[in-house]
Amino acid sequence: MADTAKAKGGGTARSTGGRRRSRKDSTTSATGGTTSGVADEKPDVLLDYYRRMLLVRRFEERTGQAYTQARIGGYCHLNLGEEATVVGLMESLQERDYLYTNYRDHGYAIHKGMSPRRVMAELYGRTDGVAKGWGGSMHMYDTQTRMLGGYGIVGGQLPLATGAALAVSYRGGDEIVMCQLGDGTTNIGAWHEALNLASLWNLPIVYAIVNNFTGMGTTVEKSSAEPDLYKRGSAYRIEGVRVDGRDVLAVRDAAVDLVEKARSEQRPYILECTSYRLKGHSVVDPAKYRTEEQVAQARANDPLAAFEDQLEKAGVLTEDKKKEIADSVKDEVADAADFAENSPPPDVSTLFDYTYATPVANESRRMPADPVFAE
Amino acid sequence: MSVITYRQALRDTLRAEMLRDDNVLLLGEEIGLFEGSYKITEGLLNEFGEKRVRDTPISEEGFVGAAVGAAMMGLRPVVELMTINFSLIAIDQIINHAAKIYGMFGGQTSVPMVIRTPGGGGQQLGATHSQNIELFYAFVPGLKVLAPSTPADAAAMLRAAIRDDDPVMLLENLGLYNSKGEVPDGDESVAEIGRAAVTREGGDITLIGYSRMAAVGRQVAEQLAEEDISVEVVDLRSLRPLDRQTVVDSVRKTGCAVIAEDDWLTYGIGAEIAASIQEGAFDYLDAPVRRVAMAEVPLPYAKPLENAALPSAESITTAVKETLSAVGKRVG
Repeated sequence: MADTAKAKGGGTARSTGGRRRSRKDSTTSATGGTTSGVADEKPDVLLDYYRRMLLVRRFEERTGQAYTQARIGGYCHLNLGEEATVVGLMESLQERDYLYTNYRDHGYAIHKGMSPRRVMAELYGRTDGVAKGWGGSMHMYDTQTRMLGGYGIVGGQLPLATGAALAVSYRGGDEIVMCQLGDGTTNIGAWHEALNLASLWNLPIVYAIVNNFTGMGTTVEKSSAEPDLYKRGSAYRIEGVRVDGRDVLAVRDAAVDLVEKARSEQRPYILECTSYRLKGHSVVDPAKYRTEEQVAQARANDPLAAFEDQLEKAGVLTEDKKKEIADSVKDEVADAADFAENSPPPDVSTLFDYTYATPVANESRRMPADPVFAE
Repeated sequence: MSVITYRQALRDTLRAEMLRDDNVLLLGEEIGLFEGSYKITEGLLNEFGEKRVRDTPISEEGFVGAAVGAAMMGLRPVVELMTINFSLIAIDQIINHAAKIYGMFGGQTSVPMVIRTPGGGGQQLGATHSQNIELFYAFVPGLKVLAPSTPADAAAMLRAAIRDDDPVMLLENLGLYNSKGEVPDGDESVAEIGRAAVTREGGDITLIGYSRMAAVGRQVAEQLAEEDISVEVVDLRSLRPLDRQTVVDSVRKTGCAVIAEDDWLTYGIGAEIAASIQEGAFDYLDAPVRRVAMAEVPLPYAKPLENAALPSAESITTAVKETLSAVGKRVG
């Protein structure tokens, strides 16, 4: 049985297990065990995905560690357990495509093209960070790679991404916008307003819901009257697809399909990737609301372990190769942390550099204890 | 020089800016086919088409946010919010996004957009449609907030707002749309954001206002001149950045001040001005700074109640005369 489900704009849902892209083939069972797909993909592509997933895993583990050592401040949300979704989604985008995400953005930033060094430097709040230390964990941003921001306000990115797609459409460009969001975000008003605008105005955008079935601690069943989130564009005639977010090939195939449809048809689509956080909502969350059974299930469905197992069984990932990749990822993450550690913190004299893009008369530059009128 | 209405000044400027720059597009409820609730966009759909004059659904958070996103991509959207009261529905996109994107991402992407919206009571629209909540936006670094009180300023400030790379809120006023004033023919002047103006010089007292209250303040000054009272009028024009220096310079000259504002008194814009005067002209003050502001109630519908609650030429005149009496200046 395939669990790639599809909701037509009209609201019906049907199983589309036979739905394939010609380039490759994947079928994912409802319980998460991938049965095919790997055999049809080139070994170097598979190894590349494996390495990318491992990079997210190790980067996030290092991030968690640095957070507990107080090298990183603020809120810190990790992509642990979502590696297949992150890599699969990012593989579907062209360099010219734009990306907006929520606050759980480190892996997306890296795989949209930012260097792990600069992402880690941002986490450390240093000048070499992607946002020069102004954003932090929730606000990765890089004009160059067209990652137009992680956003900390839940759903804030939805109208923004929709507007970016409007700009693309206004100019007749062939880029698309991907807007990542979490399951809980499908309950805010901006979700409905964004979908309505995107459909009315025929905008080239894919809303990618990462459904890890939990807001912070509140489950989808307790928060969404229609828990099949891929159906939630039905009221706006937006087609939705659900895919197993633990299967990198399935995510990539489903995403490529929708991304290219959005591009060629100039229409919005919804992709729901079912996923599971391996850890709590943020680094400091012990996730006591989870049952032992749920945690055990998540571990059993760890996308990285499952992919590794598949590649080993297929003979793609040999012991030597595995060690080579592990070592190189380890080095890359260590290098990123060293780079962040050695990058200088921003100078206080730059405090007023980014309030306004166009300089303006009478902009306040007073420090907390300064008098308003310095005589 | 032509005498035109505030409405006409806005419309002419929108049109001229759209002709000048293809990146300028208009978004808002009923701005196209209906030509705007207050007819600011009259004729523009016909001239520019649906691509550039975009009727939106009733969806303030959605279309204000979409304008922010489009601005991040380099377009220059001008959003009309039917009244400032409805901006509350979009406040997350204005304060948490438009105002933050340039700084929060380390200066990588500016947000060159304009939100035009009228405030103002006195139209018998009841409590939810008569508020003056520009303070919420003037409070926030990253936004620029302009409040023109004349047709010439409306044109010059809208032009400045559209050409500026930051999010600008242009506060219009229901009570000013039909007001008339001189605008130079073929005018292309661009207001300098962040500057107040002394719109009438005087020596006895400083009267400070913005938007409708600046216009009413000038009328009061004119009337009091007949009684040999010389009122200097400062029009704030820009609520953020705030030009404290112009206010303080005037008060240092006159020694006393009345602030007129259409919003509520407590925590209001007048409170900030009064604090600034205290900080910048303490030794020059001959009397406490006086504030004229709306009564602190949800504005009622019934005309006698609404009239009583709103600041007016009469209440400003009273405050000016009482302040002058307090300092021992002759009151006519």
